[in-house]
Amino acid sequence: MAQGGSIVPFAGWRRTRLLGESPLRQALRSVGDRVVRLAEDVVGQDLDARIAGIKTHLNEVGHDPFGFDPETSRYALAMAALLHRRYFRTQVFGINRVPQGRVLIVANHSGQLPLDAVMIGSAMMLDADPPRFPRSMVETWTAELPFISTLYPRLGQVVGSPENARRLLQQEESLIVFPEGARGISKTFDQRYQLTDFGLGFVRLAIETGTPIVPVAVIGGEEQYPSIADFKPLARLLNMPAFPVMPQLFFGMIAPLPTKYRLYFGEPFRFSGDPDDDDSAIEEKVWLVKSTIQSMVNRGLRERKGVFI
Amino acid sequence: MPNPQITRRHKPSARRGREPVRERPSARAPVARGVFGHVTESPKPLERVQQPQPITQEFPKAATEGAVLVTGVCGRLGKLLARELHRTDQVVGVDRRPFDDRPKDIVHHQVDMRRKKMKDIFRGRNIRAVVHLGVLHDPRRSDRERHSWNIVAFQKLLDYMSQYEVPKLVVLSGANVYGPQPNNPQFLTEDAPLLGAQHFGGMRDLVELDMLAQSFFWKHPDTETVVLRPCHIVGRVHNAASNYLRLERPVMVMGFDPMMQVVHEKDVVRAIQLALRPGVRGIYNIRGPGEMPLSHLIRQVGGRPRQVPTPLAKVALDQLWKLRLSTFPSEELDHLRYICMVDDSRARTELGYEPVHSIDRVLKDVRRLRHQLS
Repeated sequence: MAQGGSIVPFAGWRRTRLLGESPLRQALRSVGDRVVRLAEDVVGQDLDARIAGIKTHLNEVGHDPFGFDPETSRYALAMAALLHRRYFRTQVFGINRVPQGRVLIVANHSGQLPLDAVMIGSAMMLDADPPRFPRSMVETWTAELPFISTLYPRLGQVVGSPENARRLLQQEESLIVFPEGARGISKTFDQRYQLTDFGLGFVRLAIETGTPIVPVAVIGGEEQYPSIADFKPLARLLNMPAFPVMPQLFFGMIAPLPTKYRLYFGEPFRFSGDPDDDDSAIEEKVWLVKSTIQSMVNRGLRERKGVFI
Repeated sequence: MPNPQITRRHKPSARRGREPVRERPSARAPVARGVFGHVTESPKPLERVQQPQPITQEFPKAATEGAVLVTGVCGRLGKLLARELHRTDQVVGVDRRPFDDRPKDIVHHQVDMRRKKMKDIFRGRNIRAVVHLGVLHDPRRSDRERHSWNIVAFQKLLDYMSQYEVPKLVVLSGANVYGPQPNNPQFLTEDAPLLGAQHFGGMRDLVELDMLAQSFFWKHPDTETVVLRPCHIVGRVHNAASNYLRLERPVMVMGFDPMMQVVHEKDVVRAIQLALRPGVRGIYNIRGPGEMPLSHLIRQVGGRPRQVPTPLAKVALDQLWKLRLSTFPSEELDHLRYICMVDDSRARTELGYEPVHSIDRVLKDVRRLRHQLS
């Protein structure tokens, strides 16, 4: 008698095979494990211990309510560690200035792909002691993209909305915020390292929740994907915030250029006042943060000897 | 059918004396200025209980006077509620369907809610509360029938309630009225806009029903109106969420794995019982034992998700729908793509609600019915 009471031989075969882990998944897992081991050799740190060291607020069924999944994040951290240490050879300055507890990390945005967020995140995970797990606020439209919308929450990324930010800060988590948003990341090469307008929301949020703001200057992001123009009609057609024209893609170079990243963490700002104050009053505080980041960027640019060294 | 239990005639003055006396802010009904609670000055803020009550009482106290009218009592949830309530209260059930195996002390009226007979039920006995569960969700029914059942019947019910001064109304809405959207915050509070009908016309009635209950809240301050918005109710009930989880190979949209909340039907019944306590009014989100990704939920129930790309899933579902092979309209795919989760902190603090059924228990009940069906 065949399995499951069926008289057809091997009728249950497909089912038993599928109930276990699929071969594709097994292959992916073994590749992932190899990457993690490689990254651990390169970094010289136990990545699993780093992941285990972070504190999130699990719900009653043992899941992070925002969808963070340590299993997936382990591979992502390994990739980020390789990028951080080997590909971009990131130098981190002043990471000790990040206070414990809730914190908003505000940085300049650049480089067409949000690798600057990856670098800040991996710096917090690998260079801070104890490791800090920063969440970053991502664009809403990423939630509409298949696969990305699954991957981002698993890595702890959260759709950018004031409610989410407030909730996370009240849970004493750290958030990476790019107040320039899409305007900043899709800058063309001639506007590199010139900060565009900052939104006001992050300062209101910081005042409301009593959160310190740590300004961060990211150097090296602007040169990874130099863009000569923004092709707006196509961006509108594809429903994207911008469509950068990147010459390196014409030469078949899909990977970013291996620039050297430098991250400068500044002294935290602590603002007080009324979160619902007039825009003019909030703008002063935003201007203070923005000008601090701009001057940190300028100093960083003066100090560096070259884009790739 | 003459009802043997109708003995006392309606005496509004007597009833008013029994209720804990609340001074009416004004004899005239305050005007509803905004359904979402954007109101600057009002005698009673929406979605706020008069005095937050300390949670000492596990269950509502036994009512001595007046019956609880439950519409839609023959649904699974209605039967569960009736079985819980009839221990402490007189229960009057109203449904088009027959209530065969009902406990002896439950009075059941097999009437259409749109009929005049409804008024006789109110006239004939002292009703202390109405629990409105009689909402038609079936997407197969025509728009006209759904509208007439969900809105016209509910409006009539509200008319009778104001006419006979029933002091309590509990409406079971749902978190679906917020609608799954890519830009939803992870947890929706009660103040979030009701956008459920934006992409799915079938939800229009349910949103309107919720709004009607909200405007009733304002127009009739003497009636304590409670709107409950639970997340997906699962268990032995027959609704879209439970039916979906019972599938052997449920369809998931490829590349999407939203976080999901489910709540056990008995927890919802408990929440309704808590809402029936005197003094409770407002809107409350009801959440289950915790949220997890949809794929985990399906695997824990024992299903194997079938990953289908969005366009293919849409086309296939549309065709299956036309051929009457599927009970899921393709607009409901948004529930498998985007989050629609609620924050229940208000229910916890003000209503004293706490889900007691663990996720294992919830999924066990879903699974059990699948095996029975197969």
